[in-house]
Amino acid sequence: MDNALWNSKTGLDAQQTRIAVIANNLANANTTGFKRDRAVFEDLIYQNVQQAGAQSSQDTQFPTGLQLGTGVKIVATEKLHSQGNLTRTEGSLDLAIQGSGFFQILQPDGTIGYTRDGTFTLDSTGQIVNSSGYVLQPSITIPPNILNLTIGADGTVSAQTSGTTAPTQVGSIQLVDFVNPTGLQARGNNLLFETAASGTPQVGTPGTNGLGTLEQGSLETSNVNVVEELINMIETQRVYEVNSRAIETISSMLEFANNTI
Amino acid sequence: MDRALFLAMNGAKQVQLHQTTNTNNLANASTTGFRADFDAFQSLPVFGPGYASRVYNQDHRSGIDFSSGSLQQTGRQLDIAVQGEGFIEIQAPDGNIAYSRAGDLRISSLGVLETGAGHPIMGNGGPIAVPPFEKLDIGADGTISILPTGQEATTLAAVDRIKLVNPNPQDLVKGEDGLLRDVTGASIEADASVTVASGVLEASNVNIVAELVDMIELARNFEMHVKYMQSLEENDQATTQLLRLN
Repeated sequence: MDNALWNSKTGLDAQQTRIAVIANNLANANTTGFKRDRAVFEDLIYQNVQQAGAQSSQDTQFPTGLQLGTGVKIVATEKLHSQGNLTRTEGSLDLAIQGSGFFQILQPDGTIGYTRDGTFTLDSTGQIVNSSGYVLQPSITIPPNILNLTIGADGTVSAQTSGTTAPTQVGSIQLVDFVNPTGLQARGNNLLFETAASGTPQVGTPGTNGLGTLEQGSLETSNVNVVEELINMIETQRVYEVNSRAIETISSMLEFANNTI
Repeated sequence: MDRALFLAMNGAKQVQLHQTTNTNNLANASTTGFRADFDAFQSLPVFGPGYASRVYNQDHRSGIDFSSGSLQQTGRQLDIAVQGEGFIEIQAPDGNIAYSRAGDLRISSLGVLETGAGHPIMGNGGPIAVPPFEKLDIGADGTISILPTGQEATTLAAVDRIKLVNPNPQDLVKGEDGLLRDVTGASIEADASVTVASGVLEASNVNIVAELVDMIELARNFEMHVKYMQSLEENDQATTQLLRLN
């Protein structure tokens, strides 16, 4: 069948995927710690119908060849890990990471998930857990009857229990970083997972070795720029339209040939 | 049978090939750094005995549009766009040198700087390996400087310099993987006059309106060839009619 039709079909497919990425970004514009995705396009392979530089006779060469492109593909959707804005919430267990790094969350299956979402609460046993109830690693248990809870920029968690004059340290939060955070795999629930592309996690104290510092009483908003996404959406829609117009044109060409001959 | 029919058939077929290139350009209207392809028809005379009227046409790749695409501000430190003429030197999957305008860079898990499509970026001496960093900046001349992790803000280190080249566009052809290569095979030296802007991406340089107009023109052209085939059929019928013995 006609190559031109398939080229336009790949164009429609790619733009369809891109609009899905944009829609997901927009849907998560209010998700704490969400990092927006970007679709990366690449042109597909070219068919060499006639090689440029081939001999047209013993002494002469074809100055140009004929290469036909076969369309476009989405090679990747990558997460853009730029910093989101910090909003004050005053919650003593609301944490934002200022700089790079991820919190470690123990999954029910024993693996570790990574997140920038710092909405933490306590479970019935006093452990710090995320909003799904999964335990923050390394696990920290807050004693009962506390007057106040302070989490320092370096992750030190100290609590003052009633009847004491000075707060005591009950644990410290550690962050991890990756060589290639873009390579982390998103699995929903604000969680990212290690892959072969991300590299191994490097655990450290917040504020050291390039890790960001913690900000108690703040949350990191998503880094989705709504205006930019809207512009991307318009661009995607127009490119989609032009590709569907191409299909219409090719189709009418073939229809004309079928009806005329 | 009149061989004019083959002329019309050939014309329609070549228009379809041209249309393929056109739709490929449109499909890549939002591919970062994509350069549009130009196709052109050339006449291919095949004269035999009799009246010399058999001039077929042939579609061929006449060139690549090397004009700059529009720049899109992204603010990401690893997005770069070549300003004006010039290319980023990259390593193609076959190990050879290729050139690209796509500046959506990323760092692989092994610390190698590569394009969004996964082709390593070449520096002064081969692919660029970037040590773990807190902050990375790409200067206008392609110099990559980083603040290594765990260091003071004053200890900036220059890692390497992205090899920016300015080959003669006439010598560049697209390989089957869509990357540009130099046909002369000569190794091209880095050109200090090529500059990049950081935090912006260069969009595809496909002119959608021009491609649409081309597409319509080609569609009409195709219809003309088909119409011609129809006329020839009618001619043939008339001849048959004339020769029919009643």
